[in-house]
Amino acid sequence: MGKPTTLQKIGLYTFLIIGVIVSIFPFYWMFVGATNPSGEIFSVPPNFLPGTHLIENFQNLNESVGIIRVMFNSLFITLTFTAISTLVCTAAGYAFAKFRFKGRKQIFFMLLVAIMIPYHVTLIPLFEIFAKVDWLNTYQAVILPQVAFPFAIFLMRQNMQAIPDSLLEAGRVDGAGEFYIFFKVILPVMRPALAAVAIFLFMFQWNNFIWPLVVLQSEEMYTLPVALSSLIGMSRIDYGQVMMGTTLSTLPIMIFFLLLQKQFISGILGGSVKE
Amino acid sequence: MTPKTVPYLFILPAITFFLIFTVYPVISSLLLSFQKKVGSSYEFAGLENYIRLFQDELFYKALGNTFLILIVQVPIQLFLAVVIAVALNSKMVKAKAFFRVAFFMPAITALVAASIIFMIMLDQNYGLINYLLSLVGIDAIPWLSDPFWAKVSLMAVITWRWTGYNMVIFLAGLQNIPLSLYEAAEMDGASKIRQFFHITIPQLKPIFLFTFVLSTIGTLQLFDEPYTLTSGGPNNATLTITLYLYQNGFRYFDFGYASAIAYVLVLIIGVLSWIQMKMAGEDE
Repeated sequence: MGKPTTLQKIGLYTFLIIGVIVSIFPFYWMFVGATNPSGEIFSVPPNFLPGTHLIENFQNLNESVGIIRVMFNSLFITLTFTAISTLVCTAAGYAFAKFRFKGRKQIFFMLLVAIMIPYHVTLIPLFEIFAKVDWLNTYQAVILPQVAFPFAIFLMRQNMQAIPDSLLEAGRVDGAGEFYIFFKVILPVMRPALAAVAIFLFMFQWNNFIWPLVVLQSEEMYTLPVALSSLIGMSRIDYGQVMMGTTLSTLPIMIFFLLLQKQFISGILGGSVKE
Repeated sequence: MTPKTVPYLFILPAITFFLIFTVYPVISSLLLSFQKKVGSSYEFAGLENYIRLFQDELFYKALGNTFLILIVQVPIQLFLAVVIAVALNSKMVKAKAFFRVAFFMPAITALVAASIIFMIMLDQNYGLINYLLSLVGIDAIPWLSDPFWAKVSLMAVITWRWTGYNMVIFLAGLQNIPLSLYEAAEMDGASKIRQFFHITIPQLKPIFLFTFVLSTIGTLQLFDEPYTLTSGGPNNATLTITLYLYQNGFRYFDFGYASAIAYVLVLIIGVLSWIQMKMAGEDE
């Protein structure tokens, strides 16, 4: 086959551009909706241009679900979870990759099995545990259950295996303690893997829905996805508010994604594809 | 701190959390599935929950819906993903990074947010999609209020959300196929289409398997989209296994029955994963 013909090129680009429009358009529609009054979203013919109701929609949304508080909840829960879970999973991944100890294979196998088990199986007993200690409707109830994230441990272990043992030995010869080696020698060289895992965990918790839905009962504790779903359950839906809400839940992660898209994608692929 | 205790100290936090929040609930859930509520306490009920489950038409409906989505939507999504990945991998295409980011964008949104946007666009009377269809003379389609179209809508939303994600995985896989294979085929005069079916597809087999396993597990656990988009309706046409589990657990507070549903789900995922691993094993 010779050089691609112009026709082939046009066909290929048409296909890709239609795909891009389908992928991106709902976001644009959402942004436009967030700036228009509720009725405008269903106007015929549709209005594709931004309007002037941005602030009003935000105020209305804040009146119905206390969106400022909800955003704080989401951010606080997600950041705390990401920090704790990244540390816990990295430490475990390090032990699995760099130490030989009794029970290592068995425990690791258990983690692999856990990746397969649907999270939903744990919902009811978790609910009972938190009810028993009177922690329903609290931040810790949302944060704690997934801290030991088997997939994140698995990813860190894979990445840690690339660290040469000589690096650890050098530290030990110099008389450094094991925790010093972990924090000051290992973590700095693992920065790209840490970023990928942290992004993965951040995204999981930011978008997490079913568990917060189960465990959070009062409006002032809601996270963004739970608050959004409560909005569309109302008897009269104000679509301007709803679009504002979806925008607020999507925009931060979108900006984050555009800034860090390389690590983001590798974080989400999670080393699933061998290089 | 002796060298022997060091690794245990590093895994201790993870294991503690794992035992309390995963292992204990998984076992407790199994026990609960053999119990039923009598008054305010639970009693051993043997297989009662499971027997009830196998006679429960709604459960069969949820099972059927979930498997229908698995059989119809997953192949469509993976096929689309591979076609887009191959197109993007072509030497003809400029601005690859732009396209990759654009296609991946849906995969970062919260499922709830995505479902809400589609709920608005799919409104039967005033929705954007029916308006666009009216321009080409197609009558309004009851996207979310007709049992057939509600399933179609649900599948469309899932396809929108996950195609780009799978595309990125395929793209990474494509970059690992040795170019020499294509060069040899080119010399033999094989067309692009023949190359696609005789080189690309077979070489991507492990990636297909991987994405297929991921999508299967994801589909079996489908919850956010049907909950938000249709609440399982109309007439339970979009009821999924996990949605049914949620309803029994947290709407009717029938924890024993909900746990039995959870364990049937575990069993299905276990069996399917085992079959898929077997298939992968035989290839190697």
